[in-house]
Amino acid sequence: MNLKKFGTKTTRSHAITYGLVVLAFIFVQILDGTGTLTSSLRGQLVPICAYVVMAISLNLTVGILGELSLGHAGFMSLGAFSGVIISIALQERVASEPLRLLAALLIGAVIAGIFGFVVGVPALRLRGDYLAIVTLAFGEIIKNVINTLHVGIGPNGLRVSMTDQAALNLGEEGTVIIQGPMGAVGISKLATFTAGFILILVTLFIVLNLIYSRSGRAIMAVRDNRIAAESVGISITRYKLTAFIISAALAGAAGALYALNYSTVVARKFDFNTSILVLVFVVLGGIGNIRGSIIAAIVLTILPELLRAFNDYRMLIYAVILILVMLTSNNDQLRHLLGRITGVVRHGSKKRPNGEGATHV
Amino acid sequence: MTFLSYLISGLSLGSIYAIIALGYTMVYGIAKMLNFAHGDVIMVGGYMSFVATAHLGWPPLASILLAVVVCTLLGVTIEQLAYKPLRAAPSLAVLITAIGVSYFLQNAAQLIWSSNPKSFTSVVQLPSLKLFDGQLTISSVAIVTIAACILIIIALTFIISKTKIGKAMRAVSEDKEAAQLMGINVNQTISVTFAIGSALAAIAGVLLSSAYPLLMPTSGAMPGIKAFTAAVFGGIGSIPGAFWGGLLLGLIEIFGKAYISTQLSDAIVFSMLILVLLVKPTGLMGKKIHEKV
Repeated sequence: MNLKKFGTKTTRSHAITYGLVVLAFIFVQILDGTGTLTSSLRGQLVPICAYVVMAISLNLTVGILGELSLGHAGFMSLGAFSGVIISIALQERVASEPLRLLAALLIGAVIAGIFGFVVGVPALRLRGDYLAIVTLAFGEIIKNVINTLHVGIGPNGLRVSMTDQAALNLGEEGTVIIQGPMGAVGISKLATFTAGFILILVTLFIVLNLIYSRSGRAIMAVRDNRIAAESVGISITRYKLTAFIISAALAGAAGALYALNYSTVVARKFDFNTSILVLVFVVLGGIGNIRGSIIAAIVLTILPELLRAFNDYRMLIYAVILILVMLTSNNDQLRHLLGRITGVVRHGSKKRPNGEGATHV
Repeated sequence: MTFLSYLISGLSLGSIYAIIALGYTMVYGIAKMLNFAHGDVIMVGGYMSFVATAHLGWPPLASILLAVVVCTLLGVTIEQLAYKPLRAAPSLAVLITAIGVSYFLQNAAQLIWSSNPKSFTSVVQLPSLKLFDGQLTISSVAIVTIAACILIIIALTFIISKTKIGKAMRAVSEDKEAAQLMGINVNQTISVTFAIGSALAAIAGVLLSSAYPLLMPTSGAMPGIKAFTAAVFGGIGSIPGAFWGGLLLGLIEIFGKAYISTQLSDAIVFSMLILVLLVKPTGLMGKKIHEKV
């Protein structure tokens, strides 16, 4: 009886999450159709989708698995560059753009997933901050190595060099895809908002189903008490790795989507700051709260755009907002204080017919 | 000869990492938090010294003093405003707050000094040392940096093992509640730790800018991450660990650049870290964590 009730509750919760994403998509489509969307905001649509997927996938590692990762952008980077290579390599053979995008997303996910395994096996043996530093180190290694890579495609197939472009030996017909520190160039912009929306739905489907499956419960048991979980026969390594690899693969798909939205992309884009940015989405959205991650990723990607009016001060204001949100949501005294203030604001805004006094942060 | 000169530049870079890592590791040992804003305090220290020498025309020593005073105050203020209210909060919340502080410092510096690199005049204006008939040149900055690092580690070891506040620090890092029950002012001890850590960051900032004279708002970020790596390398929370970890990291970076690949030096440094952690999961000198059921 109780179990049944639990089931319906989660189904309802899932429906709300999916519904919110679909509604947001329709809302944006309407805005776009009526022309109310500013061009800078329209340019942000695909990156927002990519960041939402990143946030959901990192939440799987941080919230569900309970391990801090500071190198999630490394997986994004792997997905981005392998996706770009595939999309350019298939340019001649596959005419359909959505099909090429699909191939890029899949390959990006697979490559990132493989590296998730390679990093996961040693890293998941470590605990807490030591695991965090290994993921950080991994992200930096990926950034550094891709920064020195030269990749091109010619009559002889795909060529890779760590020294310079000339070593690729492409001949006249060849195309250079990655130019070391200059990054990947000549990318055809395959990514669309609709594709991003579908990727978010697929990600949600994978992650939510994982969390509420037998494996998901095992993963959370490992998070809550490793020793107790082990003593009831849960294989720690297996479940930790499962979660970590899925998380990495999703980040790879997000990276491919992100990269295929621009004509050029550089390895420096996926640095420590990007990893941290996604971590901020996860923490502000609520650790382990998938819906929260989605909302935080959207709001915090748009926020700097909205703060554009403040020009040079916008990142400063962003930082202050970040600190204040963390302080007010984690300190009891401040939370009470804020509760009183927002109580007053709400009380005040009721009197105004337009509700202009309401603040959205 | 070239080997010797690489060795010295490795030791000099390693000394800078060690000084920064000492600050990281002390704060971690006592407040159990990763202070990601530490790297940006280094940058503030660099700018303070720059302002004092380039704009105010102060002598180098006075500029170092200004950097130390400003950074110490800054460190304590950050701790009071941003970290102290979060003593009971989950560690991730503190981490994100530290990142917020880091963004704040970087962007404030960008507003004040713009993002254009400033060329820093070295605070050490002595002639470089020539040995073996001029075959080996050692820059004076390198000598001063290594000497400063050794002095700092001696002073820190003395403070921590012999003085009353050092004893309090050790007690707080061991068990906060028990320390409080024994009459130790935990908040004050944490503040003092932040003060010392930030003062070290200021010195590191001045030395770093003297050795690599381009100063930018993001100048502290990468050395900060590297020093954090060094602290973990040696075993985070351990003072000798931070010292040796810093030195080793500097040596690996310079030798990697010289003998393996210039472009891949960062990848080499971080790969070494992963290798070390695989063999010794809590760093070179870290305490083993015993888990109780």
